[in-house]
Amino acid sequence: MNRIQQLFNNKSSEILNIYFTAGYPQLNNTASIILNLEKEGVDLIEIGMPYSDPLADGPTIQDSGTAALKNGMNLPLLFEQITEVRQHTQVPLILMGYFNQVMQYGQEKFIKKCVDAGVDGVILPDLPTFEYEIYNKKMFEEADLNISFLITPQTSEARIRKVDELTRGFIYMVSNASITGTKTGISNKQIEYFERIEKMNLKTPRLIGFGISDNKTFSTACKYANGAIIGSAFIRALNKSENLADTIHSFVKKIKVG
Amino acid sequence: MIKIDERGYYGEFGGAFIPEMLHPNVEELRQKYLEIMADPTFEKEFRDLLKDYVGRPSPLYFAKRLSAHYGTQIYLKREDLNHTGAHKINNTIGQILMAKRLGKTRIIAETGAGQHGVATATVCALVGLPCIVYMGAIDIDRQAPNVSRMRMMGAEVRPANSGSKTLKDATNEAIRDWINNPEDTHYIIGSVVGPHPYPDMVARFQSVISEEMKWQLKEKTGNENPDAIIACVGGGSNAAGAYYHYLNEPDVRLIAVEAAGMGIDSGESAATSVLGSKGIIHGSRTLLMQTDDGQIVEPYSISAGLDYPGIGPLHAHLIASGRAEAISITDEDALRASYFLSKKEGIIPALETGHAFAALDYIKFKEEEVVVINLSGRGDKDLATFVKHFERF
Repeated sequence: MNRIQQLFNNKSSEILNIYFTAGYPQLNNTASIILNLEKEGVDLIEIGMPYSDPLADGPTIQDSGTAALKNGMNLPLLFEQITEVRQHTQVPLILMGYFNQVMQYGQEKFIKKCVDAGVDGVILPDLPTFEYEIYNKKMFEEADLNISFLITPQTSEARIRKVDELTRGFIYMVSNASITGTKTGISNKQIEYFERIEKMNLKTPRLIGFGISDNKTFSTACKYANGAIIGSAFIRALNKSENLADTIHSFVKKIKVG
Repeated sequence: MIKIDERGYYGEFGGAFIPEMLHPNVEELRQKYLEIMADPTFEKEFRDLLKDYVGRPSPLYFAKRLSAHYGTQIYLKREDLNHTGAHKINNTIGQILMAKRLGKTRIIAETGAGQHGVATATVCALVGLPCIVYMGAIDIDRQAPNVSRMRMMGAEVRPANSGSKTLKDATNEAIRDWINNPEDTHYIIGSVVGPHPYPDMVARFQSVISEEMKWQLKEKTGNENPDAIIACVGGGSNAAGAYYHYLNEPDVRLIAVEAAGMGIDSGESAATSVLGSKGIIHGSRTLLMQTDDGQIVEPYSISAGLDYPGIGPLHAHLIASGRAEAISITDEDALRASYFLSKKEGIIPALETGHAFAALDYIKFKEEEVVVINLSGRGDKDLATFVKHFERF
């Protein structure tokens, strides 16, 4: 069974998903970041494939991607690193990137490589559900590779139902109309949106992302979904890090217990 | 038949590869743009402004001395005579009226050389809507006069400091602004690029160029079809407008002129059809310059309007299917052709347009053939560059 499904079978609340950009701060930090996050009790790990033009991301994540590319990160190297770290951990791993990267690598080859390396799911924010259904769905399902689609406060009910039908793993609930890393705190309007989605009784678990950066926002998100995703705040912590293990220990602790 | 399908594809190029955050805005536009454009009151408002504000129809001028030099019949479609000095205004007039119909109250745009930014600032002043123009920090420095024009008309020019700090990054920043402002904002894209329906909508607004060419040629030559149309292509909006009503007239050669920069193999080029491969840029599946790893490459051209790493999906389709021929012209040839046109005809073209004229040195036409060059913009903005080469030409 896919490790993401296994996780949601065993745990349905307070799931913590942390994002980091592969190749940042150093080219070969991937394994160490993953193993330390797992050690601190992070449930899911999202690995960003650095991209030159990340439309959905804010400056924090884009800058980390630019640095990672400068460090020499690329997909073949990332797959090598993941294959290696998979020997030492069973934590679910998700690749996040943009569809052009998958196209250039070759979709079939990409899916196969994900499965061989031990990747459990992908997030490709610019791949529309419409295209996915026609061209990609069959291959993903045959490989048992999960895919998460995004919903926002503006997404119509019909589209949310479609996302619920197509998503395998978890739905990525964008907390607010924004790019990553811009807004902090959660407003009443956002709570209304969280409640509206909760009442829809979707079959797929939901994780809330964008604007989650501390214990307060994490706890609020966990009230209305199965858990939450943190990206930019973690990148900022890594940016100042002198010792990865210490940084990750204190960062995760601050999220979980404040 | 060359025609966009309902999903926004020309052949295998086009579509809408956008994050969910952009979906409601793009979908609203997709559902309404054709209906709004077909509304007679919209059509009248658009036509009236093109006539009285922009100064259309733009003349079709028989370039006698240029024709004698090249031994063929050369006509110039004078988009340089439009208000603001380029074809860009045809599209911004259309889109600002579209934004009003959609009830939008805030306008954003991206710009490279500043021509589209100026055209957007102009129409925002015209209708009284706030205007924010994203421009690469590097371009803000090298295109100072256009920055001043935009500011004088009340637009806010915001520097794009991400990535390479040029046009593609300004486009990324504009898209991010749109994500952050999903309800009140319309994004006026300046070329036939971006997610569907932008490439089609912009091409339709620019199609007035070839619509006029048809009756103007009929009047002057007795035949509404020329033998060839030459236009420069960055994203491709002036070319799309000049080709539009001839797309399904296979006897009319369509010649797309790209910027070779320092030369195709120099590593400093923007010749997308030669150096590019299939991929996704700014929400569209098209041809773009990228690394093997799918990272988008920063292009180079002396002309800020042509240094875009992709081309519109219509052009990708026209070139891939053989309907259009692509030719690449170096900085040096574009400069020489710009000086040559200035001295032969008393018309200083934009550096972008200079590339189209340089194609005449590489493609031989017969004496009786009629060739239309789309003179997409005037050269005032490029004077500083031209002056540097004064002694050489």
